[in-house]
Amino acid sequence: MVMMDGMIPTPTPPADPRDRGGALQPLLIVRDLIKHFPIKGTGGRAVRAVDGVSFEVRKGETLGVVGESGCGKSTLARLLLHLIRPNSGELVFDGDPVDEPHGISVSALRRQVQMVFQDSYSSLNPRMPVRDSVAFGPYVQDKPKAEARDIAVNMLAKVGLNPDQFGPRYPHELSGGQKQRVNIARALATGPRMVILDEPVSALDKSVEAQVLNLLRALKRQFNLTYVFISHDLNVVRYISDRVLVMYLGKIVELGPVDSIFSAPRHPYTQALLASRPSMDPSRRIDDPPVTGDPPNPIDPPPGCRFHTRCPHAQAVCSAQEPRLIESLADDRHIAACHMHDPESGHTMAVAGSA
Amino acid sequence: MSESAVLTTPPAAMEDQAAPATRVRGYWQSVGYRLRHDKVTCFFAFMVLLIILSAVFAPLLSPFDPYKESVIGRLKPFGWRNHILGTDELGRDMLSRILHGGRVSLLMGIVPVLIASCVGGMLGVVAGFMGGRVNTGIMRTMDVFYAFPSVLLAVAISGAMGGGMVNGMLALTLVFIPPMCRVAETATTQVRSLDFIEAARATGAGTFIIIRHHVLGNVLGPVFIYASSLVSVSILLASGLSFLGLGVRPPTADWGLMLSTLRQSIYVVPFVCALPGVAIFITSICFNLVSDGLRQAMDVRM
Repeated sequence: MVMMDGMIPTPTPPADPRDRGGALQPLLIVRDLIKHFPIKGTGGRAVRAVDGVSFEVRKGETLGVVGESGCGKSTLARLLLHLIRPNSGELVFDGDPVDEPHGISVSALRRQVQMVFQDSYSSLNPRMPVRDSVAFGPYVQDKPKAEARDIAVNMLAKVGLNPDQFGPRYPHELSGGQKQRVNIARALATGPRMVILDEPVSALDKSVEAQVLNLLRALKRQFNLTYVFISHDLNVVRYISDRVLVMYLGKIVELGPVDSIFSAPRHPYTQALLASRPSMDPSRRIDDPPVTGDPPNPIDPPPGCRFHTRCPHAQAVCSAQEPRLIESLADDRHIAACHMHDPESGHTMAVAGSA
Repeated sequence: MSESAVLTTPPAAMEDQAAPATRVRGYWQSVGYRLRHDKVTCFFAFMVLLIILSAVFAPLLSPFDPYKESVIGRLKPFGWRNHILGTDELGRDMLSRILHGGRVSLLMGIVPVLIASCVGGMLGVVAGFMGGRVNTGIMRTMDVFYAFPSVLLAVAISGAMGGGMVNGMLALTLVFIPPMCRVAETATTQVRSLDFIEAARATGAGTFIIIRHHVLGNVLGPVFIYASSLVSVSILLASGLSFLGLGVRPPTADWGLMLSTLRQSIYVVPFVCALPGVAIFITSICFNLVSDGLRQAMDVRM
């Protein structure tokens, strides 16, 4: 039912009539996105969930977003769809600023961007047959009821569920993997160009996880999609992503091509994250966790580099000055926010680190 | 997870598809299924049906005119001259009066609850879904009504507006709106925080459409359960109002009112005088047990 990798002829992506900026225009540009959640009764203190994040999502790529729990990954996902409003910052979708007079509206954005949620159970209405859940999107976006239902049936088949068998079922009659397939069908039913996947496989067991990941890859090719793939699972991100964005406490610490990040991580946090993966090789087992302790409280993030409280290479400059996201000399837009990669920072390891 | 490891997994979905082919059943169908298999609830539902039917067809079933008085036939015991259940203090046939009284009691029991469910339910859904200031505004207003004991509130309202059946219903409706609203608000708040509402919003659906398609279906259950449990409360309160002279006016046949006028004669014909109370008791017990059964059948986490 589901198309496996390789069964689809390699595509030259068909020209999407909605493509306005051309292939080189990033599909989504995020600039200085900030979201603080105020805490009542503390006199203006706030959880700084996303605190000045800028990046681009290129057309047709999969951008992986990794980070510890509570680093702002899910907040970022919701901000990208304007499900919560940012305090400040700018989204530019295919050249059009979002929610600004001369750009596109939020509802226009939502016709082109969709989201798959982590909790496959709570993201389906328990009182609605799954077919109707899938048909809801097209129906809301001005399709007649019959047509919306046809789209739903079609989409269910595309995600590998027999529409006659599964369409009339209710969510509680499906397994976790099946529910997540329905969620993917629901997200794709409105024909989006970009899909934000917020930990789509984290709640699934390993074999189902692999199936769903392969399904996502196949669908991406078939519908010419762009993914923002959020996960805490480094292996999954490595498998599916083209580029990876590493977040720590509401900020980007490193961003680069997946191979470059995984083979030569630059930021000490990324290095620690990668080292914390259990090794398959018994001789390389580690006893001490590479990063200890919990991340600092996002209400009062540490000054300077936010990682300096846990960083093995921290020096005075790290707590004094916030590192810039520096593009490394050599290459392929692999950037890291670390003083060790900024020759002008005054960190004693700066030169060695950037080599 | 290496690339090759993933690609050697069986073709996607094959394992998934093998899930047991359960009978596809909607929520309401499964509720119906559980109800049919609950003998106690079925029995009391049948009783409720009997009570309702006897009230509806009271004019046909009554052996005598419930308002026909008789000077010589006052306060007679069971079975006196074809008066199966005896006569009251004005010589009116008790069986006919009990049957007719059921009409008022059921009306007073069901109509206020229905209206309160609609009004309170809508208010609660709006408060729960909107949140923020709207929620605070609506719910704090409801809390003001909560501050009074329900009986006192009903008595105060119908006392202020004067007696009569319509005013009594109005008073009961006002008493039931706040708790109804709170139940709907709680259910809505629970649903609102779930991802499928967020997903619906992500498709660009407006508030009204989301409420209609995604919220109402999930709130209906709790509201319905609560409403069914309020019916017996409403019957009791209505009888109480009539007993105090704030409900229907004499000579209308009503259980509460009959209890009130017959209570002076309790030493003369005790069983006859207790009849309206027995009727109230049985009716409210039956409604209560049906409501319990409904709760059991509907309160399922799926």
